Amino acid sequence: MGEIPPVERAETLIEVRALSKHYGRIRAVDSIDFTVRRGDVLAFLGPNGAGKTTAMKMITGFLEPDAGTVHIAGRLVHPREIEVRRRIGYLPENAPAYGEMTVLGFLEFVADARQLADPRRAIDRVVELTTLGDVRGQTIETLSKGFKRRVGLAQALIHDPDVLILDEPTDGLDPNQKALVQDLLGSLAGNKAIVLSTHILDEAERICNRALILSQGRILVDATPGELMRRAPGHNSVLVAFRGEVPADLAARIAAEAWCERCAAVALPAAPGSSPAAALEVVPRDSENRLSEVLELVRSYDVSDVRLHEGRLDDLFREVTKGVAA
Amino acid sequence: MSAQDRGTIASTGAGSAATPRAEPAAPGESSFGGARFAGWRAVFRREFRSYFATPLGYIFLVLFLLASGYLMVSRDFGRFLELRQASLDPLFTYIPWLFSVVVPAVAMRLWAEERKSGTVELLLTLPVTLEGTYLGKFLAGLSFLGVGLALTWPAVLQVARLGSPDWGHVLAGYLGCVLTAAAFLAVGMLFSALSKNQVVAFILAVAACVSFLLVGLPQTQEAVGLWLGGYAERLVASLSLVDHFETLTRGLLEVRALLFYLVFTVVWLAGGALVLGQTKTS
Repeated sequence: MGEIPPVERAETLIEVRALSKHYGRIRAVDSIDFTVRRGDVLAFLGPNGAGKTTAMKMITGFLEPDAGTVHIAGRLVHPREIEVRRRIGYLPENAPAYGEMTVLGFLEFVADARQLADPRRAIDRVVELTTLGDVRGQTIETLSKGFKRRVGLAQALIHDPDVLILDEPTDGLDPNQKALVQDLLGSLAGNKAIVLSTHILDEAERICNRALILSQGRILVDATPGELMRRAPGHNSVLVAFRGEVPADLAARIAAEAWCERCAAVALPAAPGSSPAAALEVVPRDSENRLSEVLELVRSYDVSDVRLHEGRLDDLFREVTKGVAA
Repeated sequence: MSAQDRGTIASTGAGSAATPRAEPAAPGESSFGGARFAGWRAVFRREFRSYFATPLGYIFLVLFLLASGYLMVSRDFGRFLELRQASLDPLFTYIPWLFSVVVPAVAMRLWAEERKSGTVELLLTLPVTLEGTYLGKFLAGLSFLGVGLALTWPAVLQVARLGSPDWGHVLAGYLGCVLTAAAFLAVGMLFSALSKNQVVAFILAVAACVSFLLVGLPQTQEAVGLWLGGYAERLVASLSLVDHFETLTRGLLEVRALLFYLVFTVVWLAGGALVLGQTKTS
């Protein structure tokens, strides 16, 4: 505890090779490979049943794979190998905890089972980190969902592990609680390898530097959130709103530009009571940023608003996974 | 699309072999052997306390004392007052029958609840072994039952006031009670590992415990002898917990009886741990 290992960017902390798990005929995880280095925050994205949870259970050694291996800091993960677990902090799905125990009692138990040298200090540290101070004496079953999730995070962090595996750490939290957990993970990211699963793509974008999109047990995409964003449908499209009608020939003129893939009039949803505003949507070729070109072309018109769209990860996610899910 | 994606970006971390970091020797480093039961103390402490974390544990103890007291003094059962002997036999005689219901009630939550609430995943990803947690829970349940037995001290006091009991006899009787509790607890834990539903675990465990008592009745043994012959009769008789229990409550510390309890308990515990290994993830 306490002593923070020197940050070595190159150090591989999680190495997953050809990992597979079948449940009967269903291939929950189908030969996936990836590595996570110190400093990486990796998001598992994917629809329900994509294999995210199963993969995490195998990484933490709870579930034995049918094939393939997981190494944590060079040590093979195996149900009989318990030393490797000292390097891992794990938040299982739904953050299970013993409901009849107090927050403090629960953390004391985890510290006890982990044989921490200075349990008091470790507990004080995580209670502060996860801002559980006010509820430390309460029984866990009386806590709100947000607090329960933080108790789960606190137990995962209590031994200051190199590797954090978090199954939906912000699921079911309100926006404030989400932001709190995301900030916490952001502050921890520097010298750990973190794998988290989430349904919230914005979250992956906010705190992760890599994202895997899983579907039916396979990795469909492995990219940085920025790269994902660039691939999102409608990335860098420009929306130009006008006062009054859309100028008649403008759409055709913009569409004639070499860099333009598509330009068409769209109706913008308006505030209740007022009529919908007229607008043009300009989709550039290869998702290049063509904002300045668009501005140049519409300069002489009565423009009320111009917006550059980053695109939505949700759309990419749907596009990538729909073929597989069908 | 996917192959291309992986080819271009997955390479960030691929290739280089993982470099193990020198780490301080942790307690219980020697992989198996001594570390086979790693973590049992922490699990024991948590589990034992949890019996007293809710009123349920106290209610349970009160009910146990009422039932054992009733069985001891009732005219239909122990007839303690009518016998007018300085002996705890009226208490001991019915303990196995009482335990066949009481012990499964103590055992039923031990794994079923962990599996139902998902805490088993948390527990078994801590640096503890499955055997260690199994042992810790077993000892916690046994200690809780031990508390129940210890609370029968007024009976001992009463016997001591009425006359001069054979203390060796009394101690051997209590040892028999503890061993019976251990045996039934091991049975109950296996069913708790088998079923996520506590009620199902309880019913199956009661049925199993009662079976091990029924085989000790002469009627059962005779019936088995008639149907399946003398060999089966002797086999069934050898499985009878009651016979071995009575040996102990008569004040005889027979090796055969002690060995029976030991083997019986260890076999059920090992079987339960094997079952849990299969059911923990379901």
